[in-house]
Amino acid sequence: MEKIIELRNVNKFFTIGGGFFNPKKTLKVLENLNLSIRRGEILCLVGESGCGKTTTGKLIAGLIRPTSGEILFYGKDIWKMDKSEFKNYRRSVQIVHQDPYSSLNPVKTIYDTLSAPLLKHHIVSSNGQCEEKISELLEIVGLTPVEDFIYKYPHQLSGGQRQRVVIARALTLNPELIVADEAVSMLDVSIRLSIIRLLLSLKENFNMTFLFITHDLAMAKYFGWNGRIAVMYLGRIVEMGPTPKVLENPLHPYTKALLLAVPEADPEITRNKKVMELKSLDLPSLLNLPPGCRFSNRCPYMEPGKCDRIEPNLYEVEKEHYVACELYGRGV
Amino acid sequence: MESILKIEDLYIDYRVRRGLVKAVRGVSLEVYKGETLAIIGESGSGKTTLGLSIIKLLPSSARISQGKIWYQADGKKYEVVSLDGGKLRKFRWKEIAMVFQSALNAFNPVIRIWDHIVDTIDSHDVKITKEELRTKVLELLRLVQLDPDRVLRSYPHELSGGMRQRVLIALALLLDPNIIILDEPTTALDILSQRSIIELLKKIKKELNLTIILISHDLSLAAELADRVAVMYAGSLVEVGSVYDIFYRPLHPYTLGLIKAVPTVSTSFRELISIPGSPPDLIDLPPGCKFHPRCEYKKEECLREEPKLIGVFPNHYVACYRWEKIKDGKNN
Amino acid sequence: MDKKLRKFNLFFSSLKDTFRLLKRNKIGFIGFLILIFIILMSFIGPYIVPFDTTSRLDKIYVKPSWEHPLGTDSQGRDILIQIIHGGRDVLIVAFLTGLLSTLIAVTFGSLSAFIGGRLDYLITSLADIVLTIPHFPLLSVLAAFIRLKSSFMIAFILALLSWPGLLRAVRAQVLSIKERDFIEAARALDLGTSYIVFSEILPNMMNYIVISFILSMTSAVYAQVGLILLGLVPLASHNWGVMINFAWTRGAIFYKNSIFYILSPIIAISLFQWSLISFTRSLEEIFNPRLGQGV
Repeated sequence: MEKIIELRNVNKFFTIGGGFFNPKKTLKVLENLNLSIRRGEILCLVGESGCGKTTTGKLIAGLIRPTSGEILFYGKDIWKMDKSEFKNYRRSVQIVHQDPYSSLNPVKTIYDTLSAPLLKHHIVSSNGQCEEKISELLEIVGLTPVEDFIYKYPHQLSGGQRQRVVIARALTLNPELIVADEAVSMLDVSIRLSIIRLLLSLKENFNMTFLFITHDLAMAKYFGWNGRIAVMYLGRIVEMGPTPKVLENPLHPYTKALLLAVPEADPEITRNKKVMELKSLDLPSLLNLPPGCRFSNRCPYMEPGKCDRIEPNLYEVEKEHYVACELYGRGV
Repeated sequence: MESILKIEDLYIDYRVRRGLVKAVRGVSLEVYKGETLAIIGESGSGKTTLGLSIIKLLPSSARISQGKIWYQADGKKYEVVSLDGGKLRKFRWKEIAMVFQSALNAFNPVIRIWDHIVDTIDSHDVKITKEELRTKVLELLRLVQLDPDRVLRSYPHELSGGMRQRVLIALALLLDPNIIILDEPTTALDILSQRSIIELLKKIKKELNLTIILISHDLSLAAELADRVAVMYAGSLVEVGSVYDIFYRPLHPYTLGLIKAVPTVSTSFRELISIPGSPPDLIDLPPGCKFHPRCEYKKEECLREEPKLIGVFPNHYVACYRWEKIKDGKNN
Repeated sequence: MDKKLRKFNLFFSSLKDTFRLLKRNKIGFIGFLILIFIILMSFIGPYIVPFDTTSRLDKIYVKPSWEHPLGTDSQGRDILIQIIHGGRDVLIVAFLTGLLSTLIAVTFGSLSAFIGGRLDYLITSLADIVLTIPHFPLLSVLAAFIRLKSSFMIAFILALLSWPGLLRAVRAQVLSIKERDFIEAARALDLGTSYIVFSEILPNMMNYIVISFILSMTSAVYAQVGLILLGLVPLASHNWGVMINFAWTRGAIFYKNSIFYILSPIIAISLFQWSLISFTRSLEEIFNPRLGQGV
């Protein structure tokens, strides 16, 4: 399977401050990120807020530029492409946002929202064709009967319905990769699964590639079971591999801590889980990272002299299963 | 088990432009001293409205059209719906305290935490000296595992989401209430922060012997902390029982649907089943059982008259005509 | 065909809804009615009631009576008729100024905010410079070089001076809207800068733009009257501003009967301003529900 997207040594820094009383500081949101996504696969990107997963999603969707490093689309650096290549790339990668209430233009009907890209990019050439295509899209996302939705405004739809419209919009240009950034987090529990189902059907029927960004490990497990998962912490990937391997045999202490910390909807399990005690409850600020491994100040397995000096790279511990931890440094 | 709170046949409406929102419809519920009760429901279920009514903090557009709420503890007895003015002030925060849903935005961003605490106390008619207050605050902050020196001097934005939530919990405990209500305490938080709040609540439950009412859409929160669970749908209770009854022997199709639709991390991969349709419009409710449009077990009687909450097993109540079918169904 | 019918029906029902919302705010509705009245009076009135410019020296400063409801001026001419005729120029200049300055401010303010970078820097600097120029001294200088005769000319000059304030406000709004998710989605869909700015962002600001347009009309009225009073505009036509000027220079404030000469145009102008401002209240009612801020 070819690589549709590849990130090489990507850094994304923000500078803040810079006034008279506020010395300039660099916020290293992403550092030395290396990642690839293969055509047709599901890659889940999990982590807590501030880990950089949303920034990664936006970089892949070409909505922001990296400070340094390359973002390759089928091997070509997107920021070095010529106009038509970039146009093609742009259409191939679409994004589905978290908040169904702000991801649709409130003053436009569903028809207006969906027709804009269809007409702009000449996918349809008449209003009649446009309506046909829109009906087709609405059927794919399960908003039937189509007449009930096509001329409505976003505020007349429920959260789940809006999210389906957002997905339909993402499909208008026939993309190859969809970046789903917390696509179901703001929906009711009983609606989430139906949207996830829809996304899975897109994978089945259109060979759609997904970058599924979430902080919900359980949902990532369900959605990405046949794919891969990458765990991020403070701007770096700390563990990556096939989902069953990473979740059933977590190697990085942070991954282990997360898995043990997730509250489960099952009283027996959850009351008998042994929680991993972390040395500090709080996430260090990106402006004030601990030396060496970023997780070292909270890690119960931290080895002084090693973990607080070396910033670990991703080591391949078993086939396709990578972990950025010095405990595996020598290779297991 | 001694009853500390008794809600009798409560009806609450909201007047909005489009019509009358029937947010709470005929809820009767008993809360026992020292227990942790979770009220589970999705958006539009009425759970937040119910929670706000217990402490009589409903917005002005809301109206309790019928029903009573009895509070009984330490020899005192209050009927909450009829409380007003001075009596209400004595009741709130001292007998029952609440930690709100948008808690993280509940702070005045331009004053320090200590000043915020002092302001809150001042508005509650309490005779307490600054020294007594300080001692109590220090004690509570240590209970919630916060460093008092750091926290009291800080502004809200200098603290993380998890820390602010802890401050609010400490604030709620300031006047030694008998009941504490928490509305979506872990919703906006990361996994590790959620875990720390859950562990904190477990600790408080053990050390202070409080009665805790949790309001949430998150089943896993109930699984972690609750002794009993009350499931709400479209303004009324559909099932009430012990946490084990609800999770392992659910009797209502909605409860069963929720459990089957929520993924877990620790168990082996299992296929999930979604609940079709979406929650009803509270202004324009369907006839009969409000869940029937989404229910696979429905029969003719379900469309005619709304089922009442009846006790079918000891301490296990359900509002469904088909409960026996569901009881057998789960074991398949 | 069915779609055309549906759109027609939607349009009509939205007109009905709009009217209903208009009536919701009592003050706004009254403002609206007065505004319509003044507009009709100023544009249709003159055709119904011709203006007789001959002086009647036997009728100077006559008290209000049935024949002359507002009395007469220093040359014996009926004041009410002058009021009816005097609104047109004022309204036209106000409208044109508002239109021009709003067009400039909205177009450049939104492009500046969306595109950012050097264009933004350039435009905001330009706006800052124009903002700091004191209007009336500049106008006095200009009056020496340009004959501010036509309404369009006056409107043009006033618009050139008033766009910066509105531009900054529009820019601030666009800066916040452009961060919203649906704009990011539009960028991902490669819909193009001009489409995004004019078809996605601006429709979300319609209430703001329309209300700003109306308020800029009110400042244009004041600016205009100021210009006339300062003698920077040739007093060729008869309008409310000119009436005030004449009344002032002819000492109308000193006589009991002549007070109507100076009060009438002032009240007419004030009433127009008030009706505009009150109307914006109704507009707020109308625009808000459209944005779906209901239940």
